[in-house]
Amino acid sequence: MNRRLRGLALFLVACYGALFIRLNVLQVFDADDLNTQPDNKRRIERDFNRPRGDIVTADGRLVAHSDEERGQFHYQRTYPTGDLFAHVVGTYSFNYGSSGVERRYHDQLSGRTADFQLGGITNPFSEEPNVGTVVLTLRSDVQEAAKQALGDRKGSVVAIDPRSGAVLALWSNPSYDPNLISTNDDSVAKAARDLLAASPDKPQLARSYQERYFPGSTFKIVTAAAGLESGKVTATTPEFPKARSYQPPLTTRELSNFDGSTCGGNVVDALRVSCNSVFAQMAAELLGPDPMIKEAEDFGFNQTVPIDLPQPAKSVFPTDFGKPLRDGANPGDAKVYENTPALAISGIGQGDVSATPLQMALVAAAVANGGTTMTPHVMAEIRDRDAKAVEKFDTSVWREVMTSANAEVLRSAMVDVVANGTASRLGIEGRVVGGKTGTAQLGTTPPRSHAWIIGFAGDPGAVPSVAVAVIVEGQPGASEQTGGKVAAPIARSVLEAALRPISSPQPGR
Amino acid sequence: MVAIIIVGAYVLASLGRSASIPANIGPFLGVVLGLFAVAHIAVRRLAPNADPLFVPIAVLLNGIGYVMIARLNPDLAGQQAAWTAVGITGFVITLAVVRRVRSLERLRYTVGLLGVVLLVLPLVPKVGTAPINGSKIWVRIGPVGFQPGEFAKIALAVFFAAYLVERRELLSTATFRIGRFTTPDPRHLAPVIVAWGFSLMVMMFQRDLGSALLFFALFMTVLWVSTGRASYLIVGTTLFGGGAYLAWSMFTHVQTRVAMWLDPWQDRSGKGFQVVQSSYAFAWGGIGGTGLGLGVAGRIPYEETDFIYAVIGEELGLFGSTAVLIAFLVLVGCGLRAAVTVSDPFAKLLACGLTTLLGFQSFVIMAGVTRLLPLTGVTLPFVSYGGSSLVSNWIVLALLVRLSDEVSRRRPVLDDATTVITVPA
Repeated sequence: MNRRLRGLALFLVACYGALFIRLNVLQVFDADDLNTQPDNKRRIERDFNRPRGDIVTADGRLVAHSDEERGQFHYQRTYPTGDLFAHVVGTYSFNYGSSGVERRYHDQLSGRTADFQLGGITNPFSEEPNVGTVVLTLRSDVQEAAKQALGDRKGSVVAIDPRSGAVLALWSNPSYDPNLISTNDDSVAKAARDLLAASPDKPQLARSYQERYFPGSTFKIVTAAAGLESGKVTATTPEFPKARSYQPPLTTRELSNFDGSTCGGNVVDALRVSCNSVFAQMAAELLGPDPMIKEAEDFGFNQTVPIDLPQPAKSVFPTDFGKPLRDGANPGDAKVYENTPALAISGIGQGDVSATPLQMALVAAAVANGGTTMTPHVMAEIRDRDAKAVEKFDTSVWREVMTSANAEVLRSAMVDVVANGTASRLGIEGRVVGGKTGTAQLGTTPPRSHAWIIGFAGDPGAVPSVAVAVIVEGQPGASEQTGGKVAAPIARSVLEAALRPISSPQPGR
Repeated sequence: MVAIIIVGAYVLASLGRSASIPANIGPFLGVVLGLFAVAHIAVRRLAPNADPLFVPIAVLLNGIGYVMIARLNPDLAGQQAAWTAVGITGFVITLAVVRRVRSLERLRYTVGLLGVVLLVLPLVPKVGTAPINGSKIWVRIGPVGFQPGEFAKIALAVFFAAYLVERRELLSTATFRIGRFTTPDPRHLAPVIVAWGFSLMVMMFQRDLGSALLFFALFMTVLWVSTGRASYLIVGTTLFGGGAYLAWSMFTHVQTRVAMWLDPWQDRSGKGFQVVQSSYAFAWGGIGGTGLGLGVAGRIPYEETDFIYAVIGEELGLFGSTAVLIAFLVLVGCGLRAAVTVSDPFAKLLACGLTTLLGFQSFVIMAGVTRLLPLTGVTLPFVSYGGSSLVSNWIVLALLVRLSDEVSRRRPVLDDATTVITVPA
């Protein structure tokens, strides 16, 4: 009997051994796979049952906070500023995931980065949960100014510090109230989400950095920069012919100047009155495809803007203009390509060119900052529970766009546009302000267009401290005046707000 | 040592849940130490030569189970504490009453009848309750409800051991011919077959799959160990396969169990929910576990009873789940060591049967919640919430302690059916 008893013992040991192997599979080898199953809510539940750091603006305004509550979860995320920062801060929802800064800086907010884990070990008896507070670069006063100035009109406002890439305002209308989507009450969240998703205006879309538009005449800054960088254009040469319209090679379709006016001259003259014929000719005949593509890409077109927000849209400049057919009409001109007419249209920001408002703000910022684009960002620093900064955004250069000399030519040309040209409504007493208007025609009847303006402002003799881009969608009319009339006042009030010293003390002192 | 572990775990679980040291820590400590002391003193007094590992292991498992239950459902914890007290009382009484295992052998038919009666009891009108969770295994007498099947298992284990010892010679010699095959005389097998078939049918009727499986394993093991005929194993396994197939084709709930074992994710929010959630719990626990009281409670249905092992896996991680596994293995090892060492054939078979009950039941439920085997709803001995299970397992433990005590009291002698008795490592 004893032999069989040992056999039984062996059998049971084998059973338990198999169980031990199975435990290893479940708890170690397959654990990651199981933890990430879509219906396994443990990971999210843990986060929802833990405190989460605040999000505050640069001027100390609380924009996201976790309230303790007795319910399904221990905490409820709230957004005291409602729709004002929705497209930046995003949402934090159990059923619908997170977006914006909530998503981008989730690890910091939930205290999961190495800094906080270590902090928790060195001071394990603190009652305060060790989670990060995200301090934004955005200022609530500038953001409010953008919201007020844009009003009910659809559009976006982006303000950025050209010297650091710090985003000061990122507003687009329509916006939405993140509280409704982030509520732990699922029926409310679902209804709000369905309603937002059904709206044709797509309020959840951050138009400021996730939507592309024709940049219209604001793109002429890029064309001018391409000319300057190629060496074929200087502040004074060449003199383009004065004309009412321009007929590119290979086509009989003419590109007319705004309101049938006659214009021409050097690049500064042309920028002042936003002369279509000059920039179309400059792009199509003088420069040709490659310098235009290169300069647009140097500004950030066809690239993913490395902003610290999820899913920024790429701005687009076409890269295929066909094969070269023949030499240009004048010595020094580029070859004529199959699609040179399209290049002419692209040179004035129409056709296949499209840009996000953020990208156009970066164009103005590059000019203002001596030809260097800084990496745009919305996070200034991460603070721990003792309000000590544990992580600061590493200010860095994103792209070298042009030489500082060429940037200076464009900077003074843009100042001239405000002083004497289409952007006169942008001027601020006692400050150096530059700008460029745009009216991107939508080709509709009756004519409608996007009213644009990009610009910068600062103290005399210093690098401008704020660059701005404003778009107001679908305005009636197609005159170049539209941008100057509609968008410039908005940009002006945002510039003014940004030029005021920061109002509240820094948070967390 | 064990008491310190349990009290420590209890404090940690409470800390994890509410971030405060439980107010009743003093009484709790007292009760744990008191119960442990009672069980210990009972062993010292009544079975001084018993294997000293049985009681601490059982107390450890019982304590971990209690901590988990207290963490999951404080209302049940009070009841579990009361049942623990009853269980240890049952342990002491069993040790006191059963002074010699032989006395049970004499009562084999009485005990066997008692087992059958206990099994049938839930089906008797008035006494039995309406089906609970699809199973008719409950009896309610006055305010106390219990599952007599848990105790029937012990009674039938005793009966089998006694009966097979008596008829061992006859059963192991093939005298009866069917064609080319020789089998033991069916007359000698009949009572066993009848008892076994009857119990299986009752369990099927009560829709208590887990017990049926366990019972079958008990029967086969004891039969095989006593007779040494592999043909019993083969026939039994074939019978089991046929029975399993029959059950599978007859009962939809059996089909569901098998389907949810193979791929619970096909119906992850419905029939596969328990098993899927159980897998998630183990995975979430990982190697070190979430910490006591820090897991996600309330996710798995029956997490205080059948699925308590998943909660242990989540909160104590691979370390905790393996520790429990090892604890059971040690218990099984002690039981089988007693079986090997004891000279009396009845005692040997009884030790084997009881150990199989304990070891196999633990394995079946742990394998079920980890999806190693299809899930069959049985409790995890000593750990799960449940009065009947707890009390009956303490009684099983008492019998094993008594058996191991007899080992050292009687000098090992040559057994008529075995060769030299050795103490395994």
